[in-house]
Amino acid sequence: MRRTVFPHKLLPWLLLAPQLAITLIFFYWPAAQAFRQSVLREDPFGLSSQFVGLANFRKVLNDPAYLNAAQVTVVFSVLVAFFAMTIALFLAVQVEKIVRGKGLYRTLMIWPYAVAPAIAGMLWLFMFNPSFGTLAWPLRQLGINWNPLLDGEQAMALVVAAATWKQISYNFLFFVAGLQAIPKSLLEAAAIDGATKRRAFWTIVFPLLTPTTFFLLVVNTVYALFDTFGIIHAVTSGGPGKSTETLVYKVYNDGFVNLIMGDSAAQSVILMVIVISLTAFQFRFIEKRVHYG
Amino acid sequence: MDNSTQGPLVARGMGRTMAHLWMILGVIIVAFPVYYVFIASTHSVQTILRPPLPLLPGSDAYENYRGAFSGEINRIGGVSLWRLLGNTTLIAVGIAVGKIVISMASAYAIVFFKFPFRMACFWLIFITLMLPVEVRIQPTYKVMVDLGLIDTYAGLILPLIASATATLLFRQFFMTIPDELLEAARVDGAGPWRFFKDILWPLSLTNVAAIFVIQFIYGWTQYLWPLLVTNSNEMNTIVIALKKMVSFADADTPWNLVMVTSVLAILPPILVVVLMQRWFVKGLVETEK
Repeated sequence: MRRTVFPHKLLPWLLLAPQLAITLIFFYWPAAQAFRQSVLREDPFGLSSQFVGLANFRKVLNDPAYLNAAQVTVVFSVLVAFFAMTIALFLAVQVEKIVRGKGLYRTLMIWPYAVAPAIAGMLWLFMFNPSFGTLAWPLRQLGINWNPLLDGEQAMALVVAAATWKQISYNFLFFVAGLQAIPKSLLEAAAIDGATKRRAFWTIVFPLLTPTTFFLLVVNTVYALFDTFGIIHAVTSGGPGKSTETLVYKVYNDGFVNLIMGDSAAQSVILMVIVISLTAFQFRFIEKRVHYG
Repeated sequence: MDNSTQGPLVARGMGRTMAHLWMILGVIIVAFPVYYVFIASTHSVQTILRPPLPLLPGSDAYENYRGAFSGEINRIGGVSLWRLLGNTTLIAVGIAVGKIVISMASAYAIVFFKFPFRMACFWLIFITLMLPVEVRIQPTYKVMVDLGLIDTYAGLILPLIASATATLLFRQFFMTIPDELLEAARVDGAGPWRFFKDILWPLSLTNVAAIFVIQFIYGWTQYLWPLLVTNSNEMNTIVIALKKMVSFADADTPWNLVMVTSVLAILPPILVVVLMQRWFVKGLVETEK
């Protein structure tokens, strides 16, 4: 708290009003509605609704389609987070070995951040389009029956590749920053002790990167869960079958295409719980970083 | 950051050469999808549909881009390319400026005034971090319908300008302003507006630039929101228009024009990131704190 402040009483409220109005109208009110609808069931004509307790949640959590979406989401998120972080860490370590040209490499690495997820998906679809994609062509020549529009696993591979590609630049920037913060003296000491580079990496560099890695793990999970909606929607629409239908895609599909309100609201509430836990986890951890870092 | 300060990992000889080779491979992988679509945008439909695509630009670039800008996109997108770029620019700039204005105002109120429920207001804004549109999708849509905001620019921009991260960042920055500065200003008779305009705003410029870059990208790359709140082609962003072109593709789809649209959907935000790189990196790192 500051010692000196302005004495006005009304002005601060006027300054806060726009932001508070927007959060109340577009965030809190709808979120409260999602909670309310999640314990109600509407009759088929939408004329009346009755309180059903947790029945919607029970229904959703016992629905094989929902469990399938949960499983797809876990597979998708783990693959995206793993590949996006591993590739980014590898490249960040390589760029830190270099003296001249670092700035140029960084410029060339960061811009996929600016590509919309949906467009990232379409770029990969163009390259691997079964009828005219240039990279689908060699797959065919190798005898692979490549058609991500019909084969669920191939569709998954395509959306994972697009989502990973887009996230590498973000992770790369943070890993580079993390690596630059490592004290040089520690590595010199390790070299004097005769540790190989590989050993020094796994026993010194990697452990010291833990804060960055944890932070990125949360960010990448949130990204894979929520921000990749555009990729899935633009490339596969959850298909073929339901092989790439993630939780976020399903909540959209049930609420807007299939119009099942109660279920959609229950799904929203479940997602809300997931985001809140992830964010809380992230802030707990960041508080630690502020304390010790 | 770009000068050759020796980092802890700097290698010599073979190690450094190998690192260059790996980075070149990494850059190729990262750049290839965009290079591919750029190359495709310079070839005719016939060439695009006969893989493999040549690795060098073709001779149809002028033809494709001229056609796309002079009305051929209307045929497949229902609206001109100019309109799509205009819509997207308006939304991206509107979101970025809107976020900066309302979060600066909020942070200013929270840091430089004393009033009841001050911290409650801060938390109210802060908690919106945990309520992305995906988790309140249906009821938010209903609010938009009730307020008549479907197919309007206000509907595309307003609900997205609340910003916990920007408010947090400005609050943190304002708290580093020494009390003495405010005291001196008040002794000189400066009110809240004078203090903001003459002292705080000039000091905030790098933060404003950093947030602008990040939020411009955020606005330009929106997908779910425009998908929900627009029905008419007139209101499409370039990203949504592109998605419609691709999903209604058939044997007659002019893929060369789709590729041109893709390039133009990618280019503006990439230029912003590359040209404003310093602020972009600052914004990225600071908004995540």
